[in-house]
Formats: sequence, C-alpha cells, structure tokens
Amino acid sequence: MTSITKPQVRHPGLRKNALGFTQRDYEGAMSTLCAGCGHDSVTAALVQACFELALPPHRAAKMSGIGCSSKTTAYFMRESHGFNSVHGRMPSVTTGANAANRDLTYIGISGDGDSLSIGLGQFCHAIRRNVRMLYLIENNGVYGLTKGQFSASADIGSTSKKGETNIQPPIDPVLLALTLGATFVARSFSGDKAQLIPILKAGLSHNGLALIDIISPCVTFNDHEGSTKSYKFTREHEVEISAADFVPLRREIKAPVTNEAISTVTMHDGSIVRFRKTHEGYDPTNREAAYEHVRACQQRDEVATGLLFIDENGADMHAVWKTVETPLVDLKYEELCPGNAALQALMEKYR
Amino acid sequence: MSGINDFAFRMATVNGTGSASANSLLMQAIFRMGIPVTGKNIFPSNIQGLPTFYDIRVSKDGYTARPPEMDLVVTLNPSTYAKDVASVRKGGYLLYDSSWPLEPDLVREGITILGIPFGKMCVENFEGDRNRTLLRNIVYSGALAAFLSIDMEIVGQMLTEKFAKKKGLLDANRRAIQLGFDYAKAHFECPLPFHLDHMDATGDSIIIDGNSAAALGAVYAGATVGAWYPITPSTSLMEAFTSFCKKFRTEPDTGLARYCIIQAEDELSAAGIAIGAGWAGARAFTNTAGPGISLMQEFVGLAYYTEIPAVFFDIQRTGPSTGMPTRTQQADLLSLAYASHGDTKHIVLFPCNPEECFYMSVKAFDLADRFQTPVFVASDLDIGMNDWMCKRLEWDDSFRPDRGKCLTADELESVKKFSRYVDAEGDGIAARSLPGVHGHGAYFVRGSGHDKHGTYTEDADAYQEVVDRLARKFRLAATAVPAPEFHKVRGAEVGIVSLGGCHAAVLEAIDRLRDMGIVADYMRIRGFPFDAPVRAFLDSYPVTFVVEQNRDAQLRSLLAIETGKPRDEMIPVLDYGGMPLTAAVVVNAVSGHLVKADTKSSPRKKRKARA
Repeated sequence: MTSITKPQVRHPGLRKNALGFTQRDYEGAMSTLCAGCGHDSVTAALVQACFELALPPHRAAKMSGIGCSSKTTAYFMRESHGFNSVHGRMPSVTTGANAANRDLTYIGISGDGDSLSIGLGQFCHAIRRNVRMLYLIENNGVYGLTKGQFSASADIGSTSKKGETNIQPPIDPVLLALTLGATFVARSFSGDKAQLIPILKAGLSHNGLALIDIISPCVTFNDHEGSTKSYKFTREHEVEISAADFVPLRREIKAPVTNEAISTVTMHDGSIVRFRKTHEGYDPTNREAAYEHVRACQQRDEVATGLLFIDENGADMHAVWKTVETPLVDLKYEELCPGNAALQALMEKYR
Repeated sequence: MSGINDFAFRMATVNGTGSASANSLLMQAIFRMGIPVTGKNIFPSNIQGLPTFYDIRVSKDGYTARPPEMDLVVTLNPSTYAKDVASVRKGGYLLYDSSWPLEPDLVREGITILGIPFGKMCVENFEGDRNRTLLRNIVYSGALAAFLSIDMEIVGQMLTEKFAKKKGLLDANRRAIQLGFDYAKAHFECPLPFHLDHMDATGDSIIIDGNSAAALGAVYAGATVGAWYPITPSTSLMEAFTSFCKKFRTEPDTGLARYCIIQAEDELSAAGIAIGAGWAGARAFTNTAGPGISLMQEFVGLAYYTEIPAVFFDIQRTGPSTGMPTRTQQADLLSLAYASHGDTKHIVLFPCNPEECFYMSVKAFDLADRFQTPVFVASDLDIGMNDWMCKRLEWDDSFRPDRGKCLTADELESVKKFSRYVDAEGDGIAARSLPGVHGHGAYFVRGSGHDKHGTYTEDADAYQEVVDRLARKFRLAATAVPAPEFHKVRGAEVGIVSLGGCHAAVLEAIDRLRDMGIVADYMRIRGFPFDAPVRAFLDSYPVTFVVEQNRDAQLRSLLAIETGKPRDEMIPVLDYGGMPLTAAVVVNAVSGHLVKADTKSSPRKKRKARA
C-alpha cells in the first residue's frame, strides 16, 4: 500500500526476503481511499506479512467483490493477478479459481457490506466448503462508497454520521463462522499491526478457509462519537483474548516450548502458531469455548480479538472432493479426453 | 400414419408408479427391431401422483417429431380418462384396465375399446402392493408386445440385461410380460392392423437424451470444472457429467478425480464458480434453465466485459417465472443473446437434437476460449430430457482444443508491460495471461470501466475503445459459430426459418407441404451472431415463415434486430403451450397463410390472371 506516489528508486540496503524481493516489491498501485482509512493499514500489514513469508507474488491471486474494502486488492502485490468481481460474489469466483488451480495462494478481501449483506450466502458456503483461502473482512460497520448507510455489522444503538441510531441487531462474522464450522477464525484491529501481522501469516499458511474479521474504521463516515467501529471505541474496548505468534517453517525454533503459558498448533506446512496465554483457560482449539468466550465479551461491550479458533486437521474442498494433487489447469488434454475407442464402447450402452 | 411401422401410441399412467422404465423398455425394444422410433415423456412437475404420459412414435420414414394423433392409447389413470379417450384418433384403439367396470367416461363411438384386467392379474400373481403396482406396467408392456408385434425375444433379452444382478426381479418381470402377452393373444385378434415389422434402419443409430450427450461433449472438450444448482430440466446434464467423469476421469492408481464438480448454493454462485475457474484457465461450465439464467445475469455481464471464457447450458423450459418446469419452450432466446445490463451480446448455439448437443458442446468450449467470452448452448427440455434416435457419436482423436490466445510463461518473460486488452493482431481478440504463470502477466480484472491496458478509467475515449473492440470481436464470432443449415430445392416459393428442437417437425412439415403443392426452402439457424447468409436467405422468398416455440416471436425479433430485415416481412409460426412441436402446426400455419393470401388476390394470382 502506498498513499503517495513514490519514486521507483531502490535503496541498495533494503532488506530482502528469501526470494530476493524487498518489501517494496509487495506494494501495489496508489491507494484511492480516504487518508487515514483503516483499510490502508490492513494493506500495509498484508504487504509486510507476504514479504516476510516470502510469498512468490505471481503465485498469489487477490480476489475481491465491490466496495471500499474490495478496492484494496489493487494496492498491494502488483505482480499478482487480481480479480475485482461483482458485489458479494468474491467467494464463488475464488471457489472456482481454487477448483481450477489449487496451488495458488488466494487472498480474498471483502467488507461488511460485501460479505454480511449482499454476499452472506456466498460467505457461508465458502466456509462450508472450506475453500483454501485467506478471507479478510475489513469491517467498518458502514457503506462508504455510497456515503454512510449502516451495514449489517453495525451495533444496535450506534449512530451514523448524520445522527441516526441503528435499531437492527448486527451479524457477527466471527460467531457465524464458528457455527458454520470454519477452521480458522480470528478478529483483529487495523490499528494493531503487531497483532494483525502474525494472524495474517498464520491465515496464509492455513489449510482451509482462514477468516479474519478486521475492525477497520471508516474515517469519513464512521469514526465519530457514538460509533462502535471507530478508532477510539475499538482501542478502548478491544480485549486480546488470544495472542498468537507465527513461526514459519524455515525459521529455526530456538526456544523450546517449555513455558506452560504457551501452547502451539502446527500448520499443515510445518509452520507453527504459538499462543501466549492471555485469558485464563482460553483454548483456541475448542470451538464451543471460543464461541462462548466471544459472546461473553460482547455482552460486556468488549471486542474480543486474536486468533480465536483454529483446527488444522479440517479437510479443505479438494480433500473432501478427492481431486488430484495436480492443479486441474495443469492436466494435459490427453489426460482428460477418453478418445474415440472409449466413446464407441460407450455407444453400445445406447443401443 | 397408421400402418406397418408407421403409427403412434400413448401410455397414460400415474407419476411415480414405475411406468417410465417400462415405457423406455418398449421404445428400446422397437429400436432394436431396427425400426426408427421416438419417445416423448410428458411428465408433471411432481414426484408421485400426478398424470404422466409417454408417447411413442414409430416411423419407417424416420420422422421423429411428436405425433399429432394416437392410434392406440393405454389408459391407466382414472383422472385422465376423458382426455385419454379424446386423444385416440378416429378408428383407433383404447386399452384400459378391466379389473374395474368400464366407466362411462371411456365410451366413445368410432374407436375400439380393449379391456385387460391388469390390476386383477397382478393381485392374483404377485405379492406386495408396490410390487404389484410396478409389475402392472410390465403386464401392459406384454399386452402391447402382442398387439403391436414387438419381438418378445428382444424384450426378454432386455429384461435379462436390466435385471442381470437381481434374479428375483428378473423372474417376476418375465412372468409379468408373458401374462400380458398371453392374455392379449388369447382374447383379441393380434396384432392390430398397425403394427411392427423388423427393419434394418437403426444400424448406425443410438438412443440418447440431449443432456447426456451435452455432458459427454463437455468431457471430450476437456472441461474440468462444473458448477450448478439443481433445476429441471437441466439437472440430468450435470448428473451425466458426474457419472462420465467417474468413469473416464478417475485416476486409476489413486482413485482421485481429474475434475471438480460443485453443487453451488444458487445459480449466482454457480456462474461465479464457472467464471472463476475460466479465469484461472480451466474449461468450466454451468448448466441451468430460465430462472437460473435470470439469476446469472450480473455475472454474465462481468465475464463479457472482462473477457473470461465460460460455457452456459440453458435447457429451456416453459416460462415466465417458475412457469411449467416440465414442459418445453424456446423462450429464452432474447434473454440469452443480450444477457445482462449495459451493451452486451453473446454467442449462442442452438442444437436441434442430442447428436448436435454433443458436437456443439465441444464447439462451445472452443468458442468460449477463442473469443474469451461466455458462450450459451440453448437446448430445451424436449431435446435435453427425451430419448432421441440419432446418429452414433464419433470422435476424431486428432482433435485438440482451441485455447485461444493464452500467453505462456516463456512468452511473458519477454513482455515488459503486459496490456490485457490491446488488440495486437487486429481481430478484436487480445491475448490473455493466466494467474500463476508469470509475474509479467499480472493484471487486475475489473468489471469497472477500464482502458485497453486493463487500468481503471472514467475517460470516454478510453472506455469506448474497449467496448468498440468487443463489438468487433463479436462480429468476427459470426463467422466462427456453426453456420446455418440450408435445405433448398428447385422452385421454392416459400422460405422457412427455424431453430433447435423445431427441426424434426419442420422437416416433416416440408415433406407434407410438398405433397400439397407448396415448395419450401428451409434455413435452420445454428448459431448467434448471424453471418451474411442469414440475411441473404431472408431476402430470397416472397414469403418467409419463422417457426419457433415462444409467444413473442423472439427469433423473428432477433433476425430483425441483427440483420435489419423488416419484421413484418417475416410471418411468425408460434407454438408455445409447452409440448414438443408437431409438423401439423407448421403445415397448417403455412398452408393457411398461403390460402388466405390467395383469396385476398395476391399479386401472384393477378399476374396469373393476366397471363
């Protein structure tokens, strides 16, 4: 992400990752979002996470729907293909792309309007299929591009910029994902890069759909007194109930995990997520407990953040369907066409 | 009609009682006797209990359109007695279940009534209610074998094949068929005046439904991703694709699938999955019917504007809205040709039978890749779900798919700045790059306004440059879609235009019109957009008829819009009640119009009078 046009000169001393890329190589076009938009911070965190993971840009695909959030796929990784589809339909396009080429890293970026209203069905069914992808919801409680209407994630009693009060209950993507059987559920805050980056990395390494709901304030339409998605409200009410560190596979683990306050989950590629104990007895591998904990926080007006739930043993879409390891796009035509002899044998059944 | 190997009969039964399999057994047996045969399953939108009909037409001349009248009707559903009796032609036969007294509804002058106590025979011979219900169908099949001279050896062989693994069922079925056969022989003069006689006219033919054939085409085209949402009458297409894939695309060593079939949450998602897979480089498709096409509109526009290939099979049914889901129609023509908002136009193919469903299915994937656009295959319920006799399918093993302009990693290596929508070769088709191939090929797909580089734009000229190229690309497609099929004879004074499932009835109508002294040429539209020969045909005759199965003459509108031919110069022949077209509709409309024109003293008559 960049909010100003930067010259294309490279400082020779810039840090390079395992692929020889600098962090600048993971940036994209100039952001056209409002100055101070939470989404730009998420993009910056993504740039850093992908750089540090040494993700080959051309092997990633950035997927989105419509809305402010969905525009951000243009603002990072310029050497990755991007797909800005139709409103609320990013999950189905990503499902199809993943069905065709299972080897790419899919980064889906959506918003609360895109995923919780018009695209709620697609959001649910992508989770149900456990499509291997990172699924970010940049959640600001408001429709920005159409100038400030409440979204389905707006809390009861929160007020709009014009002073109206929201009277409908919110849809919480985290609780919904937990009930739908999501295998990776997190919530973070665009203003908390230190927390967000390890979660993004873990999500990018997850063997299934990794949902991260990111409270990402809209500075223009929903950052006022009375908003429950503002920087101020989120900072004051955020409670990190599960703090995660991400240790990629190729990094040597120096300190053995002996501290009983730390638990670990091994990702399918061998990377490790280490959880520091923050809340008494919180177990990020227990779906029911995670659900209860998030609900309890909500009732205290707290925004529970962190990597809330992870199940690294869930089968992704391809495992369920038992598709070949080779991406379908790489199969040769000869492997797909049965030929005339087979057709003629088959024709006997139609006689 | 009504002679040796030239007649039609109907079975009127209750849905869900197992009659469908008995009826297709009869049709198959006739086919194996070497006699051209057609079966039309006229079924309700219901699983059990409503009336269902199965019409079988035998035609030594090979006519396959729905027959206009019935020589024999088997009536086994009291709720349709009145309708069934009325459907028997004058001098025809009615066969009813005489386990119960003859109802007054069934009595009609001028037809012969045959009674066989099917129900009673089943009660006496078999155990269990469900078993008796099912076997009643086999008993009437046996009786029909006697009445119509269906070869009992062939029927026996077919039962053996069908119940190879179920000995108990085989014995019961064999007994049932013999019971019916023997009863008819013992009580009536068999065969009836119209009946079957072995022929040798089905040697290179098969019996197949259009949905199976289209699915097979998708397999042979190399399609790997199929996405769908269940909807009659397209469901059996994906079911067939699934079973063919299991058979042909399962890796022998691992049992893993070389395909991915996704039953989506709705048609929007199905379209999105197909488009996502097409973008990623797979050959992908979805199959649906009218309501699904409505739901897919937004995605179709996205794929058109961002130039992503995907194939859409529309198995048309009777609309609007839910309409009549188990009845046929050709009423999606305009909504396919111009699907989605904004300026959009699409390639549409119109198969006329299952054989063409196979070849056009393959063609659709080639066209989608070559033109980087959604392609529709407009089939219908009659083609898709009914069993048609057609030519055995053949495959040319030297076939290789046309993947269009797709840049390889090597080609992209030397590209400095990839521009997705630049018309480098002047044919309106820009080269595309697939994700994952090379960083130089990265670009941003956007349904929002973009210039030829794929960059966001709100600039009038840059926007127009792209949509104008899309129009050029579309014009080129007119030369690539299947050309019209022309049936021309010397001295024709009338032109007939039609498409799709109307074909069989139109061909038969042309023969009958000739018998009446009306000579007609015929153009069968096989693809959209139209090329120059289409307009040339429309300009060649003093009178041109456009035969189609919708209320609003949609094909005629399409011809008028796209060729500029004044619509009033094309006379619509419309049939849209949901049943497959009969030749009689065409014959009556054409001959009726000409008679009317003659009595209005047409210029032709005046000329004659002067001469």
